[in-house]
Amino acid sequence: MISRLSDDRSRAAIAASIERRRVDTRGLLFKTVLQSCLVITLALLAVLLITVALDSTDQIGTRLWEFLQGTLRSRSEDDRLGIHQGMYGSLWIAIIVAVLAFPIGIGAAVYLEEYAPRNRFTSFIEVNIRNLAGVPSVVYGLLGLALLLNGQIFGLDRLTGGSSALSGGITLAILVLPIVVITSGEAFRAVPNELREAAYGVGATRWEMIRTQVLPYAAPGILTGTLLSMARAVGEAAPLILVGAISGRLGDNPGLFNIRALTDQFTALPIVITSWTVQSGRDAGFIAAAAAAIVVLLVFVLMMNSAAILLRNRFEKKRG
Amino acid sequence: MTDTSVVQPELLTVDQLQIAPSRRHREVIIRYSLLVAALVSVLVSALIVWSLLREAWTFVTEVVWADTWGQRGWFPRRGLYDIPTIVVSTLIVTGIAMVVAGPLGLGAAVYLSEYANRRVRSWLKPALEILAGIPSVVLGFFALTWIAPNLVGRIGKNVFLVLGAVILLGYAAVSAAMARSRIKQYREGAADPSARIGAVASIAMLAVVFGLALAWILNVWLEFAPNNAGSLAAAGIGVGILTIPLVASISEDAMAAVPDSLREASAGLGARKMTTATTVVLPAAISGIVAAFIVAISRAIGETMVVFMAGGAADAALFTDTPFDGGLTMTAAMASLASGTDSVVGEGLTFQSLYFVGLLLFLITLSLNIVASRFVSKVREAY
Repeated sequence: MISRLSDDRSRAAIAASIERRRVDTRGLLFKTVLQSCLVITLALLAVLLITVALDSTDQIGTRLWEFLQGTLRSRSEDDRLGIHQGMYGSLWIAIIVAVLAFPIGIGAAVYLEEYAPRNRFTSFIEVNIRNLAGVPSVVYGLLGLALLLNGQIFGLDRLTGGSSALSGGITLAILVLPIVVITSGEAFRAVPNELREAAYGVGATRWEMIRTQVLPYAAPGILTGTLLSMARAVGEAAPLILVGAISGRLGDNPGLFNIRALTDQFTALPIVITSWTVQSGRDAGFIAAAAAAIVVLLVFVLMMNSAAILLRNRFEKKRG
Repeated sequence: MTDTSVVQPELLTVDQLQIAPSRRHREVIIRYSLLVAALVSVLVSALIVWSLLREAWTFVTEVVWADTWGQRGWFPRRGLYDIPTIVVSTLIVTGIAMVVAGPLGLGAAVYLSEYANRRVRSWLKPALEILAGIPSVVLGFFALTWIAPNLVGRIGKNVFLVLGAVILLGYAAVSAAMARSRIKQYREGAADPSARIGAVASIAMLAVVFGLALAWILNVWLEFAPNNAGSLAAAGIGVGILTIPLVASISEDAMAAVPDSLREASAGLGARKMTTATTVVLPAAISGIVAAFIVAISRAIGETMVVFMAGGAADAALFTDTPFDGGLTMTAAMASLASGTDSVVGEGLTFQSLYFVGLLLFLITLSLNIVASRFVSKVREAY
């Protein structure tokens, strides 16, 4: 072995094979393919944003203010075409989601992470929540339809006024509830145990420990989760179709300070977008209107999403 | 120890050590209200199952079963509820979505986890998250106004043929390998007639599947008529784009869970990066990647708005098995039932049919999600 290695020729061959520059063609090709997967994905995202922006100029570029104040019309050339009913509807839905889903969801997460004993019942609740998060959104629409509109259970339709912003909001609050529970639960799990032990050590009760240590530490994580679920709720359309959001003729919205509008007929931005997109087959002008409504929706949704992402990255960096 | 000269401090009693009653009551109240909050989710599940079962049961007991099978179309307002129509459309859309999202999402995940450096990652991950945050109505608009005319209308036919040929060739290669081992079995099983029958039958089955697939692809290709008003293919691509971030993030999590020691060991043995990625990291993360695909399939089956807007059918649909026709998936069928008149009123069993389809959808996605979470927990156990 040694004698063969010491042979001058093979020595040179080995040296050459180590020092020779090799081009790893297959590896390079592989890397390029992987890169192009990302590039194609991001290119599709870019094309989407550019298409929408270009399509929307007809409305946003020429009559932004009128568009924001206008109403649902049956023709796209109508001077009063616009989205104010959709914006009020989405705003009400966002408020209802914040009022209902956030306290219940965060409360459930506090219970599951801080109070619940490790037993079968607790893990049943946890599995149940994870499965709820995977239920398609139309199915929540069916629940809203049965529960809040037809009053098949508890006669809730009298409270919600049937097909109303309240019904839509409650349905979407139920839809995002599992997301709020899961994301806040993750935030609670990230709280170091030393904080809890220190609080107990100075005589805090369990709730005092949670209120003064766990909640403040987990606050950014919770906020991230709530922002993401709010963005999801505002962009969701399928359940609203089932609970009867209006896509055609609808009276002017009386404004945010008129509580009675809550139990009236309603529409929301995603519903307006859907309706106009579907109608673009017979009236091509609706493409511009739908694109403009998408721009308004995306401004809200992407603002909430990027705030959530920034917040999370910032705190991840801070806490290593 | 005891020094009597020191003044004894007053002894604490049990009462003094106890928490004040008001503080204790508050604890109990808070504990139980939080428990109630946690139980809301259980109530929601129960209500979903209850409301679905109730109306679906009415549908099952009252529908004329002949109207739910082999009617070649979904026409609820005429009392024709052909389940195969919407199930086949759902399969087509889901299949196309996975053809788009599977490779793109997995490729992106491998790049992000194995190749991208910190700085690149810090830009690419948020970009993917932005895509994940785009509402499905926006993708529906995009699928109808851009994907349908530009991707499906212009190049859809040929992309379909090429993809079909690639998949067929792959299938042919696999079945040729299988056939060879079967032929060997046949020769060896001269004394055992049942083994011979089995070998012939399995070769015949492989050939029949190949022939059917070839016929279907050629048929779709020849009958291609560009439909700019939307099609299952356009909707499927839209749904696929929607699920790319899902596939990417779950598979990347799985690959990030693979310990670096495996990568280092592989590199120490002289493996190149590509070899490490494909023979070490991917197999180690395989259950997470499978979970990612299952979750994405479940999401694609449940996606409503993209298909409703870009699927090229409203209210009713004829049976179709070609992706370039318009069609209604299960979800789109539900949405169009509800949207036609701004409220769900209908003759006969239209209302109940909604819940029947909803129940099917619920059961399919639930079982997929349960299977996926089994796979995810496998990754956790392993590392």
